[in-house]
Amino acid sequence: MANIVIENIKKSFGAFQALKGVSLTINDGEFVSLLGPSGCGKTTLLRIIAGLETSTSGDVLIGEKSVIGLPPKDRGLAMVFQNYAVFPHMTVYENVAFGLRMQKADDARVKKQVEKAAGLLHIEPYLDRYPNKLSGGQRQRVAVARALAVEPGVLLMDEPLSNLDALLRLEMRTELKTVLQEAGTTTIYVTHDQTEAMGLSDRIAVVHDGRIEQVGTPVEVYNHPATRFVGGFIGNPPMNFITMPVTNGQVAAGSQQFAVPAQGGEIVLGLRGETVERAQSGQGLDMQVRVAEPMGSHLLLTGSIFGQPARVILPATETVKNGATVGLTLDPKRLTWLSPESGVSYPAAA
Amino acid sequence: MSNTMNTSSTAGFISARRLLFWSGIVALCAWVLVPIYLVALGALGGRTGAYQWPKNFLPTDISLQPFLLFLRTEGVFQSFLNSLGAAGITVALSIALGAPAGYALARYNFRGKDSYRLLVLLTRAFPLAILALPLTVSYIRLGLYDTVLGVGLIHTVLALPFAALVTQGIFLGVPRELEEAAWVFGCTRIQAFFKVVAPLALPGLVATAVFAFVISWNEVFAASVLTVRHRTLTAYLLTVLSESPMHYRFAGGLMLILPSVVFIFAVRRYLFAIWGVSSK
Repeated sequence: MANIVIENIKKSFGAFQALKGVSLTINDGEFVSLLGPSGCGKTTLLRIIAGLETSTSGDVLIGEKSVIGLPPKDRGLAMVFQNYAVFPHMTVYENVAFGLRMQKADDARVKKQVEKAAGLLHIEPYLDRYPNKLSGGQRQRVAVARALAVEPGVLLMDEPLSNLDALLRLEMRTELKTVLQEAGTTTIYVTHDQTEAMGLSDRIAVVHDGRIEQVGTPVEVYNHPATRFVGGFIGNPPMNFITMPVTNGQVAAGSQQFAVPAQGGEIVLGLRGETVERAQSGQGLDMQVRVAEPMGSHLLLTGSIFGQPARVILPATETVKNGATVGLTLDPKRLTWLSPESGVSYPAAA
Repeated sequence: MSNTMNTSSTAGFISARRLLFWSGIVALCAWVLVPIYLVALGALGGRTGAYQWPKNFLPTDISLQPFLLFLRTEGVFQSFLNSLGAAGITVALSIALGAPAGYALARYNFRGKDSYRLLVLLTRAFPLAILALPLTVSYIRLGLYDTVLGVGLIHTVLALPFAALVTQGIFLGVPRELEEAAWVFGCTRIQAFFKVVAPLALPGLVATAVFAFVISWNEVFAASVLTVRHRTLTAYLLTVLSESPMHYRFAGGLMLILPSVVFIFAVRRYLFAIWGVSSK
C-alpha cells in the first residue's frame, strides 16, 4: 500500500502540450478516477506514473519516494491495460503468476497467491486454458487477477472495461468495486465513462485539455462542478447553463428570488435537470417544451429557458404536451452559479 | 415445393464450391509436385529412365542405385556439406543481426528511420557482378577466398536486408501493450523481449530463417566466383553438370530441391501463427 503524490507534471509531444502542469495527491488505499474525454491527457498521466512514458518536467512520488527515472518494474505497481494485454503464449495460471515469478517467489507462495486472486475474480475453472480460448470478459478478469496477485502498492487501470459490452461492463463494474474494496489497494482508474467513475471512485479528478479541472467526491463533482466543462461533462442529461440578468445581487426565476454572488450584469445558472419540480400554474421559471419524452422511469423535457437550450427531468407521473410551457420550481440548495466570463463556479453558498 | 427447390439448389451451390475448392488444391499441389516428381524419376531411373520416351509415369524402373552413384562422385558430398555450412552461417548471422535491427525499426522512433530502411534495401541495388572483382581481391587479402565462411558472409549480406525488414513486420505484429505489461510486472527490457516478444515472434523468426536458408542455398553466382576447391553444391553442379550424363543432372537437381523441401516441411507449423497473434 502506498500513497501517490503527483507534482506539477508536464508533458509535451513536440509542440503539443499533453499535460500542462498536473498536481494530485492520492491517499493510501484510495480509489481515484481520472475522468475526461479522449485526448485530454489522462492516459498519458497514467503512463507517466507507470513509467511507460517520461514526463517533460515534474515529479511523481509513490510511498514518499520519487520514482522519476525508475523503470516500471521498480515502482511497486501493477497495471490493467485497456486491451487486457494477457500473454497469449501462457496459460491463465502462468499469466496470473507472471509477476510473482519475476519476483522469484517460491512455488508455494505463487500457488497460494494465484489461487487467491483467481478466487476473487472467479476464474479458477480456466486456470489451465490459454487466453485465446477465453471471452473478452474472462480475459479482463485474468488481467485484473494478474495485477492483484502481486499485491501491488498501487494499481493502475487504463479504461479496463471499455472493450466489454454494456451488460458485462455493468457486471464487472460492480465486481471490481467489491474486489478492490476487499484488497484495499491504492488505485488510479482512467476512464472516459462518467458512470464508471461515479460508481467506483472515492474521488474523481476531472481532466480536461491537459489540466485537472476539479478533484472531489463523486457527489461534490456532480452537485457543485468547479467549471462549466465539469458540469457539462458529468451527468446525463448534462447540466443546463442559463445566462440570467442580475439586479441588485438578485436573480429572478419566475416567482422565486435568489441572492447571487454578483451585483449586476449577468450570471450563469448551472441547473441539474432532475433538481426541479413542477410549479403551481402561473408560477415558477417558464420553460418552453419542444419535445416531451416519457422514458418510463421519468419524463425528459427538451426545450428552452430564457431562450437558451435546456433539458429537465420530471417524475414519470407528470404529463406535458409537446409545445407547452411549464413552470419550474428550483431548489436553492442545489443550484450552481458560474461566472459568465471565466466559466468558473462561485463557491457553494453556506 | 419452392422450399425443396431451394435446398437442392443450395446443396448444388455448396457441392460446386467444394469441387472448386478441391480442384484448386489439386492444381496447386500438382504445380509444385509434378516437376519434383519428374526430376526424381529422372534421378532414380538411371540412364535408361532419363532418356526414356514416352515417360513412364509410374515409378516401376527405379532404384536408389543411380542416385547413390551420383553421391559417391567425387566432390558432390563435400559440396553438399559446404552448401549446408554456408546456409547455416547465413541463417545464424542474418537472424542474429537482422532481428535486432527489425526490433529497433518496429519499436523505436529515431531520426532517419525511413532513410535507414531505404538504405538497407539499397545494399541490394549493386549487381553482384560489378562487386565480384573487388570482392575477390579483398577476400584473397583477408584469407576468406575459397572458404565456406566467405561464401556464408556474402550470402548474409544478401539475406540481411530482408531479414531486417521482415522481422520488423513480425515485431510490429506483437502488441506493444504485451511488452509494457511485462515491464510493469517485473521484467527488464531484455527479459521482456525473451519472455514475451520472442516466443510470440518465433513463428515469424523461423520463417525468416527459412527464407535466409533458401536464399543461400539457391545462390550460385557469388559462390562460383569466390570459391575454387570448396564449392557449394550449386556452384559445383554448375561447373560439372554440363559435362555429365542426363541422369546425373536430374540427380543434382533433386539434391538441390530436397533440403529446402525437407527444411520447410520440418518447420511448417511455425510458418502459421500458432498463438493466434498474427498481423494484428
